[in-house]
Amino acid sequence: MSKIAEGLLYSESHEWVKVDGNVAIVGVSDFAQEEMGDITYVDMPDIDDEVTAGDDFGALESVKTSSELVAPVSGKVIARNDELEDKPELINEDAYEAWIIKVEMSDKSELDALLNAAAYENIAK
Amino acid sequence: MENLLKQTCLHDLHVELGAKMSPFAGYDMPIQYSGIIDEHNAVRHAAGVFDVSHMGEIFISGPDAERFVNHIFTNDVRTLEPGGILYGMMLYSDGGTVDDLLVYKEKEPQHYLLVVNAANTDTDYAWMLEQADGFDVKVDNRSADWGQIAVQGPEAEKAVCATLGFQEAAPLAFYTFCDCERDGKRIIVSRTGYTGEDGFEIYADPAHIRNYWNILLAAGVKPCGLGCRDTLRFEAGLPLYGDELTADISPVMAGLGMFCKLDKPEFIGKDALAAQKAEGVARKLVGIELADNAVPRAGYPVELEDGLQVGVVTTGYHSISLDKSLCFALVDSEYTALGTPLWIRIRKRTFPGSVVKKRFYQTKYKK
Repeated sequence: MSKIAEGLLYSESHEWVKVDGNVAIVGVSDFAQEEMGDITYVDMPDIDDEVTAGDDFGALESVKTSSELVAPVSGKVIARNDELEDKPELINEDAYEAWIIKVEMSDKSELDALLNAAAYENIAK
Repeated sequence: MENLLKQTCLHDLHVELGAKMSPFAGYDMPIQYSGIIDEHNAVRHAAGVFDVSHMGEIFISGPDAERFVNHIFTNDVRTLEPGGILYGMMLYSDGGTVDDLLVYKEKEPQHYLLVVNAANTDTDYAWMLEQADGFDVKVDNRSADWGQIAVQGPEAEKAVCATLGFQEAAPLAFYTFCDCERDGKRIIVSRTGYTGEDGFEIYADPAHIRNYWNILLAAGVKPCGLGCRDTLRFEAGLPLYGDELTADISPVMAGLGMFCKLDKPEFIGKDALAAQKAEGVARKLVGIELADNAVPRAGYPVELEDGLQVGVVTTGYHSISLDKSLCFALVDSEYTALGTPLWIRIRKRTFPGSVVKKRFYQTKYKK
């Protein structure tokens, strides 16, 4: 059974969002890392890149497959977790600790379209 | 749909082990048990066992058997001693590939065993029957009666000869086999595999296969799924039918011309291959090594620096044993020389790489 962290928002494509003022911290759910298996590479955008809600902003690679990362909100990338470049397996170890990017949101109302932990539980199985 | 999938004689044991199962070639097959990386490393450094019971076994016999096999097969079975094995292909007359396969020459004269890909067994059997017109041969598809396991890795000899007791297999050289009899049943042990390591393949009835599987696991040989079978064969530069060989990809395009004996009097597809060799082919299969860790996957475009597409990836991985991003790609022939710079489009960006030899991993076969 995969873990679902309380207090985060989730997308149907299995990204999580932690809201910190105007900044969205984005990662992938424990369910997503379990489905992928051993993650071997994280393809991340550059700082200052613009991301658009619903569009892909990077990808996770496991041995067998790649899976696109879909932006849960729109805005500008203000940080990325460079530790994942050498240690992509951190996502397997703790998907909620291993954030991927931080986005300065251009439209906070996009958060309303995301799911809370209880609602996400219904699709993460 | 799931109930239409066939099961090998080891299916319930895979489920019991908690394998991740997935449809492959019409069978419900184990993709991984402990994980692809762990299983891959076990084969490279110790020993692993694969259920390959889905492979097809077609027996050819009769007064014209040698002439018939040489008619449908690109390699030359006249060069085989009894107990010898050859790799090669069956071709369409235009040079496209029907399948790649192993031919075993039995002790009894004019008897051959052809081991074919699971996904192609039915097509191959029909193709052979169609071509058999005018030959005095019996073509006998016994795939359902034979189970098969592959024991691969540096400790495979110990596992097969000591643990399973096939002492008679110890002296076998690569690409030879021996007939073993156990409990009145015929068991074939060959020194072959699809991993780049030393190893054996054991063909037997389902009851014996189940027994050997259980003994090997109890002795610490790691169960390995189709996931690492693909990463292992890829590193060793071995093609997979459907990716590197297809009805549209001839052995000459795939760089497998050495398995096609154009000095034979005839075989189906010979004229087409001879023309391809003489005139050159439009596209060839190459290996590409990327400078970055991004992973090229089947279907991704291969480009020049200016964005012109000159090829397509057929298989790609971040290699487990070599820790590099590598792929096979079918590329316009003028860009296939070793060292040629090529770019691969991975999602929104392109990543630079260069043409390298397809055998990425130094294979360790028993000579």
